[in-house]
Amino acid sequence: MAENKGIMVYGELVEGKLTSITTELLGCGRRLADELKEELMCILVGDSLGDAPNKAVAYGADKVYTAEDALLKDYQTDSYVAVMEKAAKDLAPRIILFGQTSTGRDLAPRLAFRLGVPVSMDCLELSIDPATKFLQQTRPVFGGNARATFTSEVFPQMATVRQKAMSPLAPDESRKGEITPIKVELDPAKIRTKVLETVKEEVVGVKLEDAQAIVTGGRGIGGPEGFKQLEELAKILKGAVGASRPPCDNKWVPDSMQIGLTGKIVTPELYIAVGLSGASQHLAGCSGAKNIIAINKDPEANIYKEARFGVVGDWKQILPAFTEKVKELLAG
Amino acid sequence: MPLNMIVCCKQVLDPEAPPASFKIDPAANKVIPPPGVPPVVSPFDEQAVEAALRLKDQQGGKITVLSMGNNLLRDVVKKPLSMGADELILLEDPAFEGGDSWSIANALAAAIKKIGEFDLIFCGRQAADWDAGQVGSGIAEILGIPSVTVAKKVEVADGKAKVERVISDGYQVIETTLPAMITVSNELGEARYATLKGIMAAAKKQPTVWKPADIGLDASQIGEAGRRAKLLKLFQPVKEGKCEIIEADTPAEAAAKLATRLREAKVI
Repeated sequence: MAENKGIMVYGELVEGKLTSITTELLGCGRRLADELKEELMCILVGDSLGDAPNKAVAYGADKVYTAEDALLKDYQTDSYVAVMEKAAKDLAPRIILFGQTSTGRDLAPRLAFRLGVPVSMDCLELSIDPATKFLQQTRPVFGGNARATFTSEVFPQMATVRQKAMSPLAPDESRKGEITPIKVELDPAKIRTKVLETVKEEVVGVKLEDAQAIVTGGRGIGGPEGFKQLEELAKILKGAVGASRPPCDNKWVPDSMQIGLTGKIVTPELYIAVGLSGASQHLAGCSGAKNIIAINKDPEANIYKEARFGVVGDWKQILPAFTEKVKELLAG
Repeated sequence: MPLNMIVCCKQVLDPEAPPASFKIDPAANKVIPPPGVPPVVSPFDEQAVEAALRLKDQQGGKITVLSMGNNLLRDVVKKPLSMGADELILLEDPAFEGGDSWSIANALAAAIKKIGEFDLIFCGRQAADWDAGQVGSGIAEILGIPSVTVAKKVEVADGKAKVERVISDGYQVIETTLPAMITVSNELGEARYATLKGIMAAAKKQPTVWKPADIGLDASQIGEAGRRAKLLKLFQPVKEGKCEIIEADTPAEAAAKLATRLREAKVI
């Protein structure tokens, strides 16, 4: 039986380009491959991959495998798991890495159960045990209150990785790599789902994931109107507005503004948390921020354990003056 | 068309317990349950019950709730019955404890096979303790049925389910054949409260209790013994740094002082 060798990265594209998480996975995969002295493969699945395979090489892949077929236009569990199952068996990687994305969260567990192996989801750290060469996978658990390190002793070892947890390499267009198409043999009758519609929410201004300044409101904002003040501040800071889960669950703001364990992961320079207690599930989404500023009525609120600066008090009395002063300081 | 639905509900430590009360026993790699904080049904699982109840409201049918573990508190695991679910089956035995996604899905799938016919299985998108987010997909794979994850809306018509699936920046509408497994997310909306009538009806219902042998599995295939992922370490990362609290005589002054301090620190 073929020995399992090499790291495989499942890459994703958006608008024809490799996503940031894909470049991060390649950076991480490169490090692991170098440590194991094995190859880094990237697999791209879709209907029109364009120049992405070359870019995957530039970002560190030694080999890129492409599965291109009209039936693969939209991600669907049945078709993508079938393609990945065959790739995993034919190419026999030691490790397969996915992003913790909408696709990764669906594909990785189903594929793991198909292959009979465990998978660790939303990993923050990956390392090789030098003695056994097994992959050690560290991920947040208990809503982010703790971390757990797992390993497995069957191949392939699978993990999904949190966005922005790893760093990409600087792309090197002169890197050489092999690009190989994979034969796709799918039976349409075996695809039991159909994508009827994709509805994208309009993002006005800076996207949360890209914003360097974020103003986030929690339950303490009390309703949708309060968020207008946060928008004003965010605009001055050239940033975006986010929310913890309660404002979204209460329908004060759209679900897409949710930052947290099951929402968006953000790593801005500046994160201003207003009327937000700092529950672990929320912190899981923003703990990568460089500077967290907290404004909350409760001096015991958990957010103060993560914040660098804070003011204790009613945000309705603090935010207007804060916004004014920030405006003044930035203008001067 | 009345629907036969199964919902998997996990009893977990309350995720709303204050973070300061969260403690680990490092020698045992286990969480020490905070005193005085009762366990709850994992919140996304409650939303899974809600998704099933909405379909039952629209089309009629039956909801069977399945919970697994040891020393399950009847008050906790009966909550879905109080919300309107019809039947409760418990997989209750020490051998069911300590599982990973693999052994958990294996046991739940075996129980579902024993239950027999169903149109839909609902699970929460991830459990509030281990947050793995795999068991639903695992059950579907073992049973050989389609899966749709992270649903915010579920409708059934003409023998198919139409699911609004949350993706980043929006959602997709996915149609699936039945039977199918669907995981549910908070975007579905708040789970309904138990009604007094529901609580009284639930109090009269006795759950069915199954042991490993009842679902055709032995101890090596379930719980801790059946794990495929090995837990090496459970720990709390050390928090460094201290928060600098800006104070002043009035909130407005403190606000201005904060802005100035941030400028000074080159944060803005």
